[in-house]
Amino acid sequence: MKLREVIEALDAEVLVGQDLLDREATTAGAADAVSDVLFFGRPGMLLLTGMTRAPMVRAAEVLELAGVVVVRGKRPDADAVQLAREVEMPLMACPHSLYDACGRLYVRQLSGPLPVPHRPRQPAPGE
Amino acid sequence: MSYPVLGGGFFLAGRAAAETKRRLREAGLAAELVRRVVVATYEAEMNICIHAVSGRIHLRVENDRVKVVATDRGAGIADIAQALRPGFSTASEKARQLGFGAGMGFANMQRCADSFRITSEVGCGTTVTMEFWPRPQTEETGP
Repeated sequence: MKLREVIEALDAEVLVGQDLLDREATTAGAADAVSDVLFFGRPGMLLLTGMTRAPMVRAAEVLELAGVVVVRGKRPDADAVQLAREVEMPLMACPHSLYDACGRLYVRQLSGPLPVPHRPRQPAPGE
Repeated sequence: MSYPVLGGGFFLAGRAAAETKRRLREAGLAAELVRRVVVATYEAEMNICIHAVSGRIHLRVENDRVKVVATDRGAGIADIAQALRPGFSTASEKARQLGFGAGMGFANMQRCADSFRITSEVGCGTTVTMEFWPRPQTEETGP
């Protein structure tokens, strides 16, 4: 789903990345903790979150997420907006709750990344 | 390469991770390996930001093997087994409300790293040493 379809579905306001709305969100996920984003975030995922500070934008950057939507009518802090501009990470804000925002995207066929299967540790080469 | 990390200002967390990612991509490492290193580095960096006075993250790349050493001056960890338990956190309530201290930091590090070692001295600081190498292609490389 393109980001411009996301903002329409979520009644969202674009704070950063007005020129990046053709970017494709291949999956979506929701989390209110940076560690959780780091756990399941994958390239191309759209993040829905109640977090408002810069580190969640950093997480989105290093994981190559498609964009970030801040929910519940919250506004991201100035440090988050500034970093999003620096790293060209689309940043949006929507009035809906996290649950409702997810539902609005899910019924439009945008689903989450697959569950992460357990990966046994591999021996070191030459071990 | 080595990056300084300040304690206390956890809103600055992620700079070392972002820089690490840039270096690893420049070195031409596989995206899946880079992702694991960066996730683990970000967690280690957040721990320093939240809990320590100051610290450093050292990065070494040798062919396709990566070593990350995160070392800090700070309170240290009295009970490492407890600290490693998923969900356990001593982060402040304020930090948690803002999305930090989920208690999944060490779990994420251990999941991403191919070797993980932690040593700590109460009143002095903590050192986390992690190594990474490519995992076979047949395995899940991320949804």
